Amino acid sequence: MSGIKIILDKCVGCGLCIGACPIAAIELKDKKAIIDLDKCNLCGACIESCTFAAIKIERKVVAQSDISSYKGVWVFAEQRDGVVASVAFELLAKAKELAKDLNTYVGAILLGNNITGKAQELIHRGADKVFVVDSPALEHYIAENYTKAISGLIGKHKPEVILAGATTTGRSLVSRIAVNIHTGLTADCTGLDIDKEKKILIQTRPAFGGNIMAQIISPNHRPQMATVRHKVMPEASIDVLRTGETIKESFDENLQDKRIKFLDFIKEAISTVNLSEADIIVSGGRGLGEGKNFSLIEELAEVLGAAVGSSRASVDAGWIPYSHQVGQTGRTVCPKIYIACGISGQIQHLVGMQSAKTIIAINKDPEAPIFKVADYSIVGDIFKVIPLLIKKLKEG
Amino acid sequence: MNIVVCIKQVPDTTDVRINPETNTLIREGVESIINPFDMYAIEEAVKLKERFGGHTTVVTMGPPQAESVLREALSLGIDSAIHLSDRAFAGSDTWATSLILAKGIAKIGDYDLVICGKQASDGDTAQVGPGIATHLDLPQATYVRRVDSVHLDASPKIIIIERLLEEGYELIELQLPALITVVKEINEPRLPSLRGKMSSKRAEITSWGNKDLGLSENEIGLNGSPTQVVKIFTPVAKQGGKTFQGEPQEVVDQLFDEIKDIV
Repeated sequence: MSGIKIILDKCVGCGLCIGACPIAAIELKDKKAIIDLDKCNLCGACIESCTFAAIKIERKVVAQSDISSYKGVWVFAEQRDGVVASVAFELLAKAKELAKDLNTYVGAILLGNNITGKAQELIHRGADKVFVVDSPALEHYIAENYTKAISGLIGKHKPEVILAGATTTGRSLVSRIAVNIHTGLTADCTGLDIDKEKKILIQTRPAFGGNIMAQIISPNHRPQMATVRHKVMPEASIDVLRTGETIKESFDENLQDKRIKFLDFIKEAISTVNLSEADIIVSGGRGLGEGKNFSLIEELAEVLGAAVGSSRASVDAGWIPYSHQVGQTGRTVCPKIYIACGISGQIQHLVGMQSAKTIIAINKDPEAPIFKVADYSIVGDIFKVIPLLIKKLKEG
Repeated sequence: MNIVVCIKQVPDTTDVRINPETNTLIREGVESIINPFDMYAIEEAVKLKERFGGHTTVVTMGPPQAESVLREALSLGIDSAIHLSDRAFAGSDTWATSLILAKGIAKIGDYDLVICGKQASDGDTAQVGPGIATHLDLPQATYVRRVDSVHLDASPKIIIIERLLEEGYELIELQLPALITVVKEINEPRLPSLRGKMSSKRAEITSWGNKDLGLSENEIGLNGSPTQVVKIFTPVAKQGGKTFQGEPQEVVDQLFDEIKDIV
């Protein structure tokens, strides 16, 4: 029977596991740890914490039979209107490292209409083989159709790893593929490595809004699939002399899912700079006092070539549209620089931006929680500090 | 229009903190709540029912204490609740969880729309919604920010929605039955009514275990989960932040010196 067990002979009743359990499912009884199986979700945090190897999770191995025949590290090259998303280049750089450790090739998946010409760009960025499915039926991203096309590629060419960007498209698409072909998928990874001994992918991702990190493997299923957070890994460089192979596969248009139709795409004029692509984000919060003061944030953003973000408070007050909201119920961003202006830094905001490389916070309250995650904390009045900063930046 | 809403009980993340000395999670006073994103799914179901009639059902997979989130959903206007609960479900990853929920939804039957929150605040995977859609072979639209129109007199019935993307939104037409996952922008959840609160306390909640769903033990729990957690650790806290305080001009000059090479 699968499940979690305390090995009573080894348990010394130290209680370390109690502190490690994120859901308070362990207690001590007669100096031994007892797990409440009605609460336990078998996350394994206690096993890691136990220095006496007294906790064990047993599982039956339900494995695919032919996993050793899967080769290649693939990347899903997301594109819109023929422009490949930059996250695909980040994935190619990582795929190259992983492929080296696995002694295999780097593949890229390119789907769309009249898209074959873009294969060369992926080869220049490090792909050895580009698998192209070029069809009018794939003009727009429709998860159902893309799933059919990519599942077909996987069945035929058997990659051992597939990476996709943790974007709205990437996340929705590969969730469908992983269930369809029955394999494991790890969401929103910030680290990927190969276990050199076992030759498997170790996927590291934040959970509980970044308060804890988890390492996840899919040892018995292929391909091992992961979505990867944008802007965490560097982009692959361009080498125009690089050569590779383009493999064209067809898509049977009869397989098109008639139950779903793309009608239109509406670009939102207000977000001239896309938050998830931005290198710099300037965000405004409750400290702005009223909606018209957002112009100050916009002006600073303009000088820096930055995108405009906001806290939930500013959105709820109607000062700026929801699409600008950073945080738990908004977007998770990972820019090079995040400037928080008049934002106190509630945990819900912090989980959406704390992985930014450099955080600058301006707030008049020296006790504001935002300062705990900031690299540069400015204690002061935003209405005095920001205009001076704009002036200074303009002067250079 | 019959609607099924999938919800999850999660720890209130405002309370999940790390004790920097012991590097462990501080759980004192951590309450369990409905995943914040699922509140929008519940509200959208209740709103659609108010406009088009039909029956709303809420479903969760979780341990016995997850029953409280089902009662909360009932107090917010959902008609009936199903609790998928079995020790054999514990340890399920997103693959197995979406299978169990899909099987539960299939058993509920006769639905036009399944609504989920865009992701759960504890796991943040956003994988279970599309996973359910795939197991049930339903068309899906994720990150829905608005239900544009519903055409129940059309044959087949259709729904037109707006799907939020990084740089704008898409207009998508889906044939029903379908599955959508929703973002915060879609609505403003109401508070429970006093009457709703009272009646939800007494409401009957149907509980189904695996003997009701009839899944193989190789498909659920740890056995049915392709992914395995091998290690959990706390990230290294940020060190060495600098604080500038004083005359605004001085402060700005100091900051500028620090950041001039990176902006």
